[in-house]
Amino acid sequence: MNRKAKSLITASASHLIIIIFGILMLYPVIWLIISSLKQGNVIFSNPSLIPQSISFEHYIKGWSGVGRIHFSVFFINSTLVCLAVVACNIVSCSMAAYAFARLKFKLKSLWFAVMMVSIMLPTHVTTIPRYVLFHNFGWVDTYLPLVIPKLLATDAFFVFLLVQFIRGIPMDLDESATLDGCGRAGIFFRIIVPLSGPALVTTSLFSFLWTWDDFFNQLLYINTPIKYTITLGLRMFMDSSGQSSWGPMLAMSVLSMGPCFILFFTLQKYFVQGIATTGIKG
Amino acid sequence: MSMKRGAFRRHAADNAAGYLFLAPWLIGFCALTLYPMIQSLYYSFTQFNMISEPVWLGLGNYIKMFTGDQTYMKSLEVTFKYVFLAVPLKLVFALLVAGIMNQRLRFIGFYRTVYYIPTLLGGSVAIAMLWKRLFSSDGVVNSILHSLFGVTPPAWIANPKYALYTLVLLTVWQFGSSMIIFLAGLKQIPDEYYEAASVDGAGKIVQFFKITIPSLTPVILFNLVMQMISAFQAFTQAFIVSGGKGGPLNSTMFYTLYLYTKGFYYFEMGYASAMAWVLLIIIAVFTAIIFRSSNSWVTYGSGE
Repeated sequence: MNRKAKSLITASASHLIIIIFGILMLYPVIWLIISSLKQGNVIFSNPSLIPQSISFEHYIKGWSGVGRIHFSVFFINSTLVCLAVVACNIVSCSMAAYAFARLKFKLKSLWFAVMMVSIMLPTHVTTIPRYVLFHNFGWVDTYLPLVIPKLLATDAFFVFLLVQFIRGIPMDLDESATLDGCGRAGIFFRIIVPLSGPALVTTSLFSFLWTWDDFFNQLLYINTPIKYTITLGLRMFMDSSGQSSWGPMLAMSVLSMGPCFILFFTLQKYFVQGIATTGIKG
Repeated sequence: MSMKRGAFRRHAADNAAGYLFLAPWLIGFCALTLYPMIQSLYYSFTQFNMISEPVWLGLGNYIKMFTGDQTYMKSLEVTFKYVFLAVPLKLVFALLVAGIMNQRLRFIGFYRTVYYIPTLLGGSVAIAMLWKRLFSSDGVVNSILHSLFGVTPPAWIANPKYALYTLVLLTVWQFGSSMIIFLAGLKQIPDEYYEAASVDGAGKIVQFFKITIPSLTPVILFNLVMQMISAFQAFTQAFIVSGGKGGPLNSTMFYTLYLYTKGFYYFEMGYASAMAWVLLIIIAVFTAIIFRSSNSWVTYGSGE
């Protein structure tokens, strides 16, 4: 009895600490969401989390855009780029992963080591020559520099993630498929791809989120406001509108985080899986 | 003979299939990683503005960096300060939270999810803008401090003494990925270790330092290396918070921000390439030091 009471107390204490600390930690995000629903501007130095009245004025004003561009344009642009990146990453990374995990070919271990090192490479060593290259192709101010590298599996990180996963698929399946007359491509399409579902979801998820939040590359390559993505749109908001329109800007910030929230809460287990197997940065 | 030929044919087919599937990655690696690396090494020895042909300077860029460019030295200082503060703080914090989260409690899955939210959102432009607002002179942080302590706190973001610390805080706040990796590591530690220790009369704190930390050292090593590499490359937050200028008084002039300014604002691309190579070397040296030192503090295996 005594022991039971004691463990009950420790558990309650743990709950209490976790909850209090959690609220403290999430305070900025909660404050952001609530403030974006408040009226006027003065309230932005008000730390209170309880709104006197709810108003969507900031959302309406923000959504109508900045510099004569409707905010929905940025949303559509970002979504298109992200979906293209997801598709490219899935195709190219799963192909490379299949080669590394299942096929036998010359210099395989060398290439694998090279790929692993390339994950740790700071991107800035390649930034300038890549820019020159894409500039010469006439690709600056298009989405191609954001998408084409993904078609060539430059996010080696996901190759590694998929290799780890494919190695866990039983070899017997490949062998019986071979007996049934499947070639290497057949094994890839009929066994490896269907069974890699979870790892492919993780890959898609992180591809989407990282591209959604990416700032550096979009800043570098996209110059025309009508082609701006969400991150650039938000930044334009900040630059063009002094202190007076913090409200619409914060409202649009909240909207920009919407897709992240939705993906996170619907696909939670894939997050943990992705992070725990490969130690995704962040 | 025919068997040999069959084996040969199979090998050839293996190779062909292997390279076929590897092709996208291999082309990407050669064209978008290997070739640009060589190219940027070459640029780093030249003056290059993308309009005219590169002009050979030898070590000129490198010499200028370390002898004639105060902003560069400042960016090094800021970046080192940031990395050495943010990375250890983040890891300690992540480990503590992982320790708390590694209990059998109701709703623990929900708690872990909630604690990951800052990491989910933290790298975005939106949060960087929020940070700027929260820590401005008339921001929420100051109005809380004012009402609690009646003091007039500094304008954090606008004050060169404190601006960097707000960015450190923003980084530490995003401890979620490290936490999840630590949690995965904690699950690997056998319960028997703790049982044996409590039979020997060791308290929770002793257990933490004698069992938990030593068993986790491989995970700590991994987290340390990954976090350090990404911290050296931090960009977005500094860019947004300082409006792309690294101010006030260059106090948030991160290395990559200065590199971006040099390369894409002044179009000194040779100089920016040299900066990129120095960054690569710095990261390589620190990674090597950490791995070297790990022999003396990382314990693999059963931990007996």
